[in-house]
Formats: sequence, C-alpha cells, structure tokens
Amino acid sequence: MARRTLVVNGARHEVDVPPETPLLWVLRDTLGLTGTKFGCGQALCGACTVHLDGAPVRSCQTSVEEAQGKRVTTIEGLAGQADHPLQVAWAAEEVPQCGYCQSGQLMAAAALLAHTPHPTDADIDRAMAGILCRCGTYNRIRRAIKRAAGVAP
Amino acid sequence: VTAAPRLGRRRFLALTAGGGAGLWLAVVLPPRAEAAGAEAALAPNAWLRIDGKGVVTLYLAKAEMGQGVFTAMPMLIAEELEADWKAIRVVQADAHPRYGTMVTGGSSSVRRSFTPLREAGAAARELLVAAAARRWGVPPASCRAEQGTVVHPATGRRLGYGALAADAAKLPVPSAPALKDPKDFRLVGRRVARLDTPDKTHGRAVFGLDVRVPGMRHAVVARPPVMGGAVAGFDGAKALRVPGVEQVVQVPSGVAVVARSTWAAIQGREALEVRFEPGPNGRLDQAAIARLLAEAPVLPRPARAEGDVERALAGAARRLEATYELPLLAHATMEPMSCTAHVKRGAVEIWAPTQAPSWAVEPVARALGIAPAKVTLHTTFLGGGFGRRAMPDFVLEAVQVSRAAGGPVQVTWTREDDMRHDFYRPPGRNELRAGLDAAGRLVAWHHRVRTPSARRQIFGGPPPSGDERPDVVEGAADVPYAAGAILVDCAVPELGVPLGFWRSVYSSQNAFPEECFLDEVAAAAGQDPLDLRLALLPAGARLRGALALAAARAGWGTPPPPGRARGLACHTSFGSHVAEVAEVSLERGKLRVHRVTCAVDCGVVVNPDTVEAQIEGAVVFGLSAALRGEITVKDGAVVQGNFDDYEPLRMDEMPAVEVHLVPSAEPPGGIGEPGVPPIAPAVANALFALTGKRHRRLPLRDLG
Repeated sequence: MARRTLVVNGARHEVDVPPETPLLWVLRDTLGLTGTKFGCGQALCGACTVHLDGAPVRSCQTSVEEAQGKRVTTIEGLAGQADHPLQVAWAAEEVPQCGYCQSGQLMAAAALLAHTPHPTDADIDRAMAGILCRCGTYNRIRRAIKRAAGVAP
Repeated sequence: VTAAPRLGRRRFLALTAGGGAGLWLAVVLPPRAEAAGAEAALAPNAWLRIDGKGVVTLYLAKAEMGQGVFTAMPMLIAEELEADWKAIRVVQADAHPRYGTMVTGGSSSVRRSFTPLREAGAAARELLVAAAARRWGVPPASCRAEQGTVVHPATGRRLGYGALAADAAKLPVPSAPALKDPKDFRLVGRRVARLDTPDKTHGRAVFGLDVRVPGMRHAVVARPPVMGGAVAGFDGAKALRVPGVEQVVQVPSGVAVVARSTWAAIQGREALEVRFEPGPNGRLDQAAIARLLAEAPVLPRPARAEGDVERALAGAARRLEATYELPLLAHATMEPMSCTAHVKRGAVEIWAPTQAPSWAVEPVARALGIAPAKVTLHTTFLGGGFGRRAMPDFVLEAVQVSRAAGGPVQVTWTREDDMRHDFYRPPGRNELRAGLDAAGRLVAWHHRVRTPSARRQIFGGPPPSGDERPDVVEGAADVPYAAGAILVDCAVPELGVPLGFWRSVYSSQNAFPEECFLDEVAAAAGQDPLDLRLALLPAGARLRGALALAAARAGWGTPPPPGRARGLACHTSFGSHVAEVAEVSLERGKLRVHRVTCAVDCGVVVNPDTVEAQIEGAVVFGLSAALRGEITVKDGAVVQGNFDDYEPLRMDEMPAVEVHLVPSAEPPGGIGEPGVPPIAPAVANALFALTGKRHRRLPLRDLG
C-alpha cells in the first residue's frame, strides 16, 4: 500500500489503501462520507454516483487510483454557500421517499444540468435512466430537474 | 471534512421541523438524562415531552422507510396538542415495551395511530390548559390552546407551553381527552412538507449502512447458496492474507470475514475457502415448485362458500375456466440488508434498519442468553422496506458476528447476498371458473388459490386446515362482486424457499387472477369491463366510487391515442379502495405503459402529498414486478443476483401517473400497500384490449 492524495469536496486527504480499492469504499469507510451509497457494486443502480472533475461516475467501479489527481465531488459537497438549485427543487417537489438513492439521483442530475442547462425529456432519460429508485420517485425527479432548470414541466 | 454522523451510546436520531437549518440530524439525550429543566418537563405518555423551554419532542415508534410516517405521525400529535409545528423535534424511539409491539407493516401506522396519537396530544393540551387556568384562577373552558401557547381571550393573557410544563406535569393525566372535530383540523389534510426531506437531499440521513460506531469493523458473510444448506467446512488462511482482513469466524448462518473496511471484507470473502452441503433443497427447481403448487391437496373447508357453485356452473349457459400463474419475487430494497451490533458483557447494542424491533429483540435475547431488557436496539432510517425488513435474520446474524469477533461489527450484505437470501413473495397458481346465464349474467365464481403460507412458515403453527382463514386467500376471499354462487378455496403446499411479506402480501397475487378473470367474463358476455364491474359492485360501495372516478379521469369510453389501449382493475386492501386504469402500447414485442390513472378512497387523508407519493410508488413497484420481476430457483439456489437479471423499472420506462383522491370522512385506511394490487391486472387487461390475446402469467413476457 502507498499513501495517495485525494481531493474530495475541495479538501485534500491522504489515504493508505490498495490502488484498486473502489472510490466508494474509500469515501464511506476511510473518509466517513456516507452520503454516497452502496447499492449493487456493479454500476447497475447508480446509487454511488459522484463527480470526477465534474463528470458523473459510478464510484463502485472507479478505483482510488483513477480518482487521484482529479476533483471528487460527493453529495456532501453539492451545496455551496447555499443549496444547489436541484436541492431546492427536490424539496419543492417532495421527491424523496426512503431517500437511499437520492444522493446518486442528485449527483447525476447536477452533472446533467452542468452541461445541458435546459434539458429535454430525452436528455433527462439519458442522464437518469442509470439511477434506480425502488420507491418510484422518477416523475417527481423529472419535475424537479425541470423546475431547477426553469424549463416547462 | 464532514464527519459521518455517529450514533453513540444512548443517543437518538432526531429531527426538528424548525426553519433555518431546516431539518437536522442531531444527537439528543434521552429524557431522563436531559438535565436542564428535567423537573419542568411534561411527559404524560410515551409519545411526547415538553420541556421548560417549550421544546416539544415527539417519540416515533414506527420506522421511516419512505412511507412518510415521520411526518404523518407528528401531524396527528401536533394537531391535537396545538403545538407550534416549527418548534417540534422528532426522535426515533429505541425498542421499548412502553411502545407496545414495534412493527411497521400492514399499512397500519396511521390507521392504528390515528386515534391514540391524537389522544396523546389532546391529553397534554388539556393538562397545559388546566395548568394555565389554575394559575389565572379562571375556568379551563374559558382558555384555549394555539401554536404552543395557552391564551385567555377574555383578558388577553397568554403563557407558553414551556412556562406551564412543570405545573401541568403535577396534574392527573386525563384518560379520555376531548378530540377535535375533524372540520377544525389545521394540519391534518394539508400538504405538510416532509420532515426528512432536507437530510435526504444532503446525504445526511443515517441509514443502516451509515452507522459509524467507535472501534467498529466491517464484515460480510459467506452463506450457503442452496436454501436450507449448511457450512461443511472452511479454511480462512487465504482470506486472512488479504490486506485489512482481521478475522474469519463461523456463525450459524455461514462464515464471516471481519475486516477494517467493507471492501477488504468483500475481497477476503472472495479468497475464503468454504464448502457447503446443500441440505434437503438441493434439487429444488422451477419444475418441482410448479408440481408442488399444482398437486397440493385442497383444504377441506373453503374460505368462502355462498350458494352451490357446482350446481350453478352445471346450469350455466356458458362456462369459463382459466389458470393464472405468478412467480417468486424478491424485495430488492435499494439499501441491501445490513446491521451493526456490539455484544458486550451481558448486553448488546444494535443499530438496525428494521421494520420490526419487537420481532428482533426476542430472538437476539434468546441467542445471547440475556434478558430482552438488556437488548438496546436503535432503529435507523430504512433504505426501503417493502416487508423484507420485518424479518429479524439480518439483525440476529450481526449480533452473532459481533459476539464471535468480539467488539462492534457492521455486517454488510452485497446486492447478490440480498437477492439470494431474501424471504420471497410466494409463487402462486390460481385456478378460476365462472358461469354465465343465457343473458350473460355472472352466476358462479370459483377462485382456487394454490400458494404456500408465509405466515405459517414464519410464525409456525399447525398445517392449515381451513378452520381458521389462511393468509393465502387475502384479497381473494373478499371478492367484492355480486357473482352469484361464490366459492373461494385454497391448497397450501410446504415449500423449501424462505417466504415473507412483500408489499401488499397476498393481495399482490390474488388481485391479478381475480381482476383479469373478471375481464374474461366481461369479454365472454360482450360487456364493457367498467360497466360489468359497476353492475356487480353494490351501490354505495367505496370501491365502486373509486372505480368510477378513475375511469372518468382516464377518459374511459373515449378513444385512446392511436396504437394504445386501456385496461382497468380495482381492489380493496388494508382498508383502502384503489382503482387504476393503464394505457399501453406494444412496439416490436415491447410492452410500454404510457399512463396510469389512479383513484383512491383511503378515508380521511392525513397528508395528501404523501398519499399521492405512495400510490405513485406502488404503481412503479407493481409495474416492475408485472413487466420483469421473476426469481427462479435452480438446484436449490436463487438464480438472479443483481439489477441486471432482476431489473426494476427505470426512468425512461416510467409512465405518467395521476392520483385522484375520493373525498371521505371515514377513518383512515392504509396507504403504503393498496396501490400495488391493481396495477398488474390493469396492464394485463389493457394488453388484452390491445391484442385480443390473454396473458395469464406474470411477468408479462414473450408478447410477440
């Protein structure tokens, strides 16, 4: 093992884990950032979605080695001085039920809006179909994304 | 760095409804340790406490798994207490006998709490009013409570609840406090914002897997792949060479690999050498399950018998007969099973995402040979429940791993562990017969349910004889239609697959054959499926009202968009009446559901937004099962393992869902489950309307 530097939500961390360790477990077990969730371990559910230099990745399939030298953003870092517009919209639409998938949903939606500020339904489908929700909050998620983007529902 | 929320000893999950930071996760001390203002506190019952500063703390003994109890239950207490909604705090109650049976299931939380929680709030309000009246020397009836204060309108005097708590605590608690007239409700019936939303949009909500206890290690367990199998032997040497792995220990359910991180534990289990023996189920497969269902003897006493079905069938001008089949299903909660446990000398502390603390404490106490009072169980948020988390297996297993390893351990289930070691929705085979007279009227209805009993497998008891109504006929025996002679009977085989409660339980099975077969009757009689149902449902029936509303809002009777067809179904379960109309198309063999129109009569609505969300969610949950859900068994083991071969509905497949509520002053019905049963038959009926071909097997595959 060798010490590696990770930059997560703007803060630098030295971690001492094998290079192939998935970023997910470094975030959760080493750094204590439990907002990023474990759902499937196979990039099938998207609950573990975080940003690597602004791009959405499945942290269960991203090694700590790949994350080195890049900016990692997790749900804990989504809000700045104020809530992200998506977090405001999520509350306005009362999106979460059990809430377990919502970190991944929000991170995927934030990455979508960052490069597609006015998404169509097809854009939303493409960006969000990889994030499973068993409670069935999909329609509220769609409304919340449109609300945050200021596009017609 | 944001520290992960830690739940230490004698600490609780707490939420406040206050503004500013909004809802926060906090560490609060339990009542008796809360020194400041301890004497001044009013705690007339287990549900609430008002301290000298006027802080109102509500203790919730139900689990929040998305169904909104963390908001609905506080609304009931605060309504009668006349509390300032922004000043309340919500605390998850630890397991304790003072709360009665702590089980969240059966869509019962609001139904069963509606009066008791209102009484709890009303009792406190009467005490506070009485304390103020004494202080002012005026009759209590001349005072009233509002927004956390007692006022005396005649003189304009007011006192906050905090200033009155100490005096109120000295007065006898009223046994039958007066409840509000529902027309005076100011919270109940309103779209009150959910208290748990801010935590859930900021990654702060603590689920089972998010518990962090000082000194805690992580474990995964290698379990026998064959259901009912056992460990034959193991060698932990290779596992122990994986960096971070510290221990390999045997527990009753398998072999646990204990490590410094979850990933190390998973890697350690990959390296573990372990042999299993299959046990009695090694040859169980789909063909064997089908045989068990088809060949089980019918119980001698039917669940319902009205008139003489055989005679009515013999005399019928037209007879219909059909067999409907349903598969095993997994729950697949988004958060896989997990539990954190710390076995200490003569005691244990547990942090569990469980629906049923009361069903976990007893087996844990027995396994450790300690008194139930020595089991401290903190319930976390649940990343979905759907009935799976009512089972205590994952709690007991974590306790056993902690005992074997020594010290606090979090046991994580991978998705494959979760999928292959579930307590499954039983498989079912339904044989139905109907008779029509010469005028096309329904004169005979026979529904034979063939499925194993989850209740018997879980709680034991003698084999079902029909003397007591078996669980398997729920949703079938109460067929609501005036169908002439009615016979509902059942055959209840033993099955070597662990069975459990799956959102809406046997109604999730029985509504499908019942509502589809009724559609077959309509087609045979040349009648519109809506008209037939309206004709067979008694005038004034609440289900009839819901059906009429859903049909009207769906545009039933008007032409659907080109290439689409509509189907409908309705069902009563858990005290609520739900009708759903599905609009579908079929493109290159792929069934697409475009729109689902729902109408719900669940009595008095506590929070309309939550009711709508639960119905939306139930539709998606039921659709995932209807379109794709199937667990299969090969050589005694579950074949499916992850979301590639057991794939819930995704966003790009999501239909528009509309929910319409029937205004009602009836007592509240359940809402977590009743939206599930109608969706599969509504979709199957729409598919028939589209293609003219009847599909009698779920999931709706191979549609050509």
